[in-house]
Amino acid sequence: MNDATMHAIGVEAIGIGKRFGAFNALSDVSMKVHPATVHGLLGENGAGKSTLVKCLLGYYRADEGSLLVDDKEVTIERPADADALGLGMVYQHFTLVPSMTVAENLVMARRNVPGVIDWRSELAQLEDFMRGMPFKVPLTVEAGSLAAGERQKTEIVKQLYLQRRFLVLDEPTSVLTPQEADEMLGLVRDLAHSGQLTIVIITHKLKEVAKFVDEVTVLRRGKFAGAGLVRSLGPTDLTAMMIGEPHAPADPERLGAPVNEVRLEVRDLRTANDGGRAGLSVDHLTVNAHEIVGIAGVSGNGQKDLLEVLGGQQPMQSGTIAVDGTPYGATRAESQALHVRVLPEEPLRNGCVPGMSVVDNLALRSFDRGETKTPRRWLDRAGMAARARSMIQAYGIRAPSAEVPIGVLSGGNVQRCVLARELDGVVRLLIVANPCFGLDVKAVAETRARIMAARNAGTAVLLISEDLDEIMELSDRIVVMHGGKVVHEMPAAGADPQEIGKHMLGHG
Amino acid sequence: MDSLATVIVAMLAGSLRVSTPFLFVSLGECLTEKSGRINLGNEGALVLGAMVAYATSYETGSPWCGVLAAAFAGLLLGGLHGAICSMTRINDVAMGIAFMLAGTGIAFFFGKPYVQPSAPLLPGIPFGFWLESPRFANALMVSPLFILGVAAAFALHWFFRTTRMGLRIRIVGDSQDAALALGLPINRTRLLATGCGSALAGIGGAFLSLCYPGSWNEGLSSGQGLMAVALVVFARWNPINCVYASLLFGAAGALGPSLQTVGFTWGYYLFYAAPYVVTLVVLIITAKGGQSLRGMPGQLSIGR
Repeated sequence: MNDATMHAIGVEAIGIGKRFGAFNALSDVSMKVHPATVHGLLGENGAGKSTLVKCLLGYYRADEGSLLVDDKEVTIERPADADALGLGMVYQHFTLVPSMTVAENLVMARRNVPGVIDWRSELAQLEDFMRGMPFKVPLTVEAGSLAAGERQKTEIVKQLYLQRRFLVLDEPTSVLTPQEADEMLGLVRDLAHSGQLTIVIITHKLKEVAKFVDEVTVLRRGKFAGAGLVRSLGPTDLTAMMIGEPHAPADPERLGAPVNEVRLEVRDLRTANDGGRAGLSVDHLTVNAHEIVGIAGVSGNGQKDLLEVLGGQQPMQSGTIAVDGTPYGATRAESQALHVRVLPEEPLRNGCVPGMSVVDNLALRSFDRGETKTPRRWLDRAGMAARARSMIQAYGIRAPSAEVPIGVLSGGNVQRCVLARELDGVVRLLIVANPCFGLDVKAVAETRARIMAARNAGTAVLLISEDLDEIMELSDRIVVMHGGKVVHEMPAAGADPQEIGKHMLGHG
Repeated sequence: MDSLATVIVAMLAGSLRVSTPFLFVSLGECLTEKSGRINLGNEGALVLGAMVAYATSYETGSPWCGVLAAAFAGLLLGGLHGAICSMTRINDVAMGIAFMLAGTGIAFFFGKPYVQPSAPLLPGIPFGFWLESPRFANALMVSPLFILGVAAAFALHWFFRTTRMGLRIRIVGDSQDAALALGLPINRTRLLATGCGSALAGIGGAFLSLCYPGSWNEGLSSGQGLMAVALVVFARWNPINCVYASLLFGAAGALGPSLQTVGFTWGYYLFYAAPYVVTLVVLIITAKGGQSLRGMPGQLSIGR
């Protein structure tokens, strides 16, 4: 690489507007990113952050506005144009090909791949290139077998390999442990401050902004909501810009201490391992009444398997699960008898029938049982509709009508529907997975308050989440999973995130 | 003892013969599936290839012209499958079944006049010329197409590892997201892989009509094109493993005829079912509950 190309570039977007049909995704948004800085792009879900960067990178064409790269006006119509200018992006969902090695991934990302690849010389060149990198990634390992943190690093190395000088990171720390996040952001900041690279980080984590970001631009509902140096802005200023109110909604109140009455007990649970990935191996896990147990872990360490076993989506190989001392196999009869409810992740996929109406979906737990728990053969449509109406009202579900297919509702409203259905009636055990994924600040606060209210009313809650802050906030007790095993358990009060992170990585 | 040796020799020789169509169809299917699509229509390409090869060989007098024509017929049929599946909301499995029926139907329709006449066949290479026993010498008569197939397997293996096109096919087959992010033409790549895959299947058909059994009739294929799908699963989408898997299926297919040669008359027709039993067993063994298959391209519709 020659030195002339080794300098960070500045990018400025002026008065960008973008419409999708009748919907104004962005209107008159400006952002100035100085070279060799770390710039934070903040905003709630749906504020237009990704639309803005996609306009910068040529995935969308802005309807209005202009782009300056190093103070010269440019037109970017295709991703290839952005590529030629040295602009690149690391997506939230990684774009490495899982079955190919890191070296194959790197070489194939290049624009001028030779027809026949001379792997010996390519590998030698890659090793040479890797020596100049701040972090090392193994070249001959399949990308699919890397841990999330390693994959993130590989994506960044890939961008540097492609000689990008301006890099957008989309929610880069959402899949990392606190240590990995700190390490990665620190390295990225050093790269920027050494003048090699300009970084834009899309995020909503204010702690990271305060620690690693130089300047911010804040968007709210597709409009510019503020900008400035992080040094001169406090967290309250940023929150005010992001949600339009000076204070984030208050944390839900925790009432009373857990009761010493075991609701869920898992013993020696094993599941089959799948294609080299270890299955579950949980020796002992309990949830008491009036308690939220949070399961922390880097994604892909067995949390999903645990949820699927408890929710009846995956069989177990051996072990016992007991609810209130009664063996539990997650069948419909058992979950109805023992009052076990599940709020799965991606509720539209795992907890709804998208083509069926809101009324039908709200009745999925109860349509086949009468008032007296007797099996029902003829559906009580009027009763279902009445119950649906009261749930829609109580949970503030916004739907054009109760008869539309649930698939047409927004993510937040689907979440409310499933929450309403799962919390309806007596709930003795509630299993929740990533309940706030993709929701805006208000919906997040509402969902967490509902879960806390259920706990305060005596329900035992098992909370599986990739968001460590959420676990710290809601849980009474924290359990850390790594490699399908429970590796650590601690009371949530006074827990140290660094300590949890260490266990999430399997050292500790 | 002598009859046991006869059976083993006959099975070895038979497996070389019977395996060749399996080998070509499975290589073609492997190429197509690596790009993220399944083509059940390769059964149709096989039968059509057999007919076209025989007819061309009869008309031109050159069996090699027949092989080329068979590959071309397969290319057309597979290309059409690829083009149709490029359209949105077309299911490749359903379309494959349609092409299987279409391919065999076309072959039967145009093949009627070629059932009677005898076309020049591809001569085998006598590797057993140094042997005294004519039985053993005959067993080592290897078709040039078998050698071509083994060479194609190694070439394909090299192609997937070291060429731009090969790596592109793997990317498209394994991760649509990555392919989009890299700006690769997904449909065009799959079209190419499907077309070339069916061309290989067509050559497999040419072997049926020009080498072994070496005639054209409507009962020529016995489902090799469909069994190749199971074979590719068994071979874990690796072209070199396809060679071993084809030899195994070939040996199973040769079991019935070999028993017949030693006068084994009771229920020998049951042994004719051996390849189908092997297919069943292979699929049951490889599909252990709850596990995803190692090496399977991520975008394959049966795996999603």
